[in-house]
Amino acid sequence: MIAETGLAALWLATALCALQLVFGIMAVRGRDDLAAAVRPVAVVQGLLAAISFLMLIWLFLRTDLSVELVVRNSHSEKPWLYKFAGAWGNHEGSMLLWVTVLSVAGSLVAFFERRLRENTLIATLAAQAAIGLGFYAFLLFASNPFARSTPAPEEGMGLNPLLQDPGLAFHPPTLYFGYVGLSVAFSFAVGALMTRDVGADFARAMRPWVLGSWIFLTLGITAGSYWAYYELGWGGWWFWDPVENASLMPWLAATALLHSVTVLATRDSLRAWTVMLAVVAFSMSMIGTFLVRSGILTSVHAFAVDPRRGSFILALLVLYIGGALLLYGLRVGTVREGKKFQAVSREGALVANNLLLTAILGIVLIGTLYPLFVETLTGEQLSVGPPYFNSTAGPLALILIAIMALGPLLRWRKDDWRDLINRISFPILFSALAFAGLMFFVSPIGILPTLGIVLAVGVGAASVAPLWKRNLRRTPMFTYGMVIAHLGIAVALAGMASESAFTEEVLVATTPGQEHEVGPYTVRFVGVDPVAGPNWTAIEGQLAVTRGDGEPFGLMPQARMFASPPTETNEAAIATSWDGQLYTVLGNSDAQGRWQLRLWWKPFVTLIWLGGGMIAFGGLLSLVGRVRRERRSALREAHG
Amino acid sequence: MKAKHQRLTLAVIAVVAVIGAGFLALAGLRDNAALFRTPAEIAVEPVPPGQSIRLGGMVAEGSIEHLPDGVTITFIVEDGEATVPVRFSGITPDLFQENSGVVAEGAFDANGVFIADNILAKHDENYMPPPMEDMASEATAS
Repeated sequence: MIAETGLAALWLATALCALQLVFGIMAVRGRDDLAAAVRPVAVVQGLLAAISFLMLIWLFLRTDLSVELVVRNSHSEKPWLYKFAGAWGNHEGSMLLWVTVLSVAGSLVAFFERRLRENTLIATLAAQAAIGLGFYAFLLFASNPFARSTPAPEEGMGLNPLLQDPGLAFHPPTLYFGYVGLSVAFSFAVGALMTRDVGADFARAMRPWVLGSWIFLTLGITAGSYWAYYELGWGGWWFWDPVENASLMPWLAATALLHSVTVLATRDSLRAWTVMLAVVAFSMSMIGTFLVRSGILTSVHAFAVDPRRGSFILALLVLYIGGALLLYGLRVGTVREGKKFQAVSREGALVANNLLLTAILGIVLIGTLYPLFVETLTGEQLSVGPPYFNSTAGPLALILIAIMALGPLLRWRKDDWRDLINRISFPILFSALAFAGLMFFVSPIGILPTLGIVLAVGVGAASVAPLWKRNLRRTPMFTYGMVIAHLGIAVALAGMASESAFTEEVLVATTPGQEHEVGPYTVRFVGVDPVAGPNWTAIEGQLAVTRGDGEPFGLMPQARMFASPPTETNEAAIATSWDGQLYTVLGNSDAQGRWQLRLWWKPFVTLIWLGGGMIAFGGLLSLVGRVRRERRSALREAHG
Repeated sequence: MKAKHQRLTLAVIAVVAVIGAGFLALAGLRDNAALFRTPAEIAVEPVPPGQSIRLGGMVAEGSIEHLPDGVTITFIVEDGEATVPVRFSGITPDLFQENSGVVAEGAFDANGVFIADNILAKHDENYMPPPMEDMASEATAS
């Protein structure tokens, strides 16, 4: 019964979604009597989608083996957290989550948005329904999560052990919130284009959604990076893997959009450009969904194995992006020019930010899709990895970060570059000191890491400079948000540069009692023990670690064997201190009874994720600050 | 400068930036994209030392040797037509064994030994690099 309830709710939501689209379009074209129905329909549609998703979670919690999806992805012996997370740890469930988040976001827009012109809002909801309808159809016709399995088997097949990790359980939902927030921004852009209403009001309505989705994407990327770091056991924190790029590209576009929408909201400039970026940002989240969900990444062959799904998402992608670009081409002429500004001004710096972000986005996109195109066209297989991305996107990112330091110190509309040099004299001094320090006290570390550290110091100083000589209690919350986010970029950059320049690595075959030095630590190999978990067994290495005269402590890296499905994973053991991490991995044993041990000392590597967290927290402060100010001015208008 | 001209200037700069990024990307791809090669392909068309490629094939039976340092191994990758000697320092993936498929990332040294930086294991017991699958199915067909 649970499965049938879920499926029925899904069909009803689909019907309401179609209704929302039709009523919305008719209302925009003059049928005012239908306009009042659009908001309630959108709210109920979101509720029904949420009910459907809750039913799926219930099925997973009960391990209902009469449902095909549960059989293929769950197991009655699994810890409950992974039964719960298993609901979206598979293709069908994650697509249902996607649609649910999309519909609930539509409900929220319908329920709360009051500032925008009613006509534009209804056009926005119609656009949101158009996106939703495609994904409902995809679920119902190509990936039904509620399909029954007859006869019901005795036991389920289990969840991929790599995915059995608390961090990863909440990783996909975080990214989906980000992706879907961009779809709302896109719908606002389409709505504003349809009703010729691109201006500051539209930007203010769209901004919280862009900010919100950007916060989730930042959190998702940061958490995903840390997950890959400790779970894969390779010691790296970013691999330029297509799946990682699928989350990075929407983030790059959202970052550009976030800054241009601020220009539009406060200065009423960059109108056509902001709308274009909204289209690009949503396209990137569609491409991200396509890359991850179509199976095309395992191999273009996997795509051909199940062509219905891949082709369906590809068709949706072409339809929405093509439709939006067409609408943009037809209507961009009606978007009036915004206010002017000079090249040296905050607007000018933000335009440079946007262009660089777009260029980096283009580079990542080309590098990610190139192997797919080449293999499809010629059958030749190739891979594009870190050497390509680091050498092309790396230098551009450093320029971008330098400009980021200048932007907040510039005045809107017009400024003088001589004044600017005065304002950045302190940051430049700090950078010069950092450079001198590196030159005199540290052995040579390569150009990019040197630039990274020097820049991080200067940018860190410059990002707190907007608070200089200001009344700190009267400074608005969103200014603090910007300062913390920019400082977070500097902190993360310092972590990346330090990790790539100063990491020490030791790889040994060791016997019990032997000691190894890495960084400030001495690691003694004590031996190995067998251990068992709820659904795995493991060989656990016993390491006794000391640092200087400090107390010794134990680290236990494991090689785990999972029973269902049979898989082996390496669990790294990590010791964190204020100045970095000691990262240990246990390898195989050889015929002489020696064990392979891999040790890394990574100074200040933790700054990478600390910076990521600061960026997201800065975003959150901005969001809260903006929403509060908008509400206050709305109240003032209502009473004045 | 009028607002209209400003918009035109911005549009031109944007187009130039995107085209510039495209050129940068293509130049980067020409230098850095790693091709997938099998021993047979390398025998016909040798890969110059230092150029990154991915080498795919089967680990030859009885070819894995552990060097005395305990962390370096050598083995031979074959595909039924040709062989390539490989050296690798590090922890091999759990599914790495003789007579099974392997993908190694790295480059040849001056002596024609393939120095692997990384040995790929998809975390799937049924994984095979796609060309190997073709090979296996050809083998069963013939």
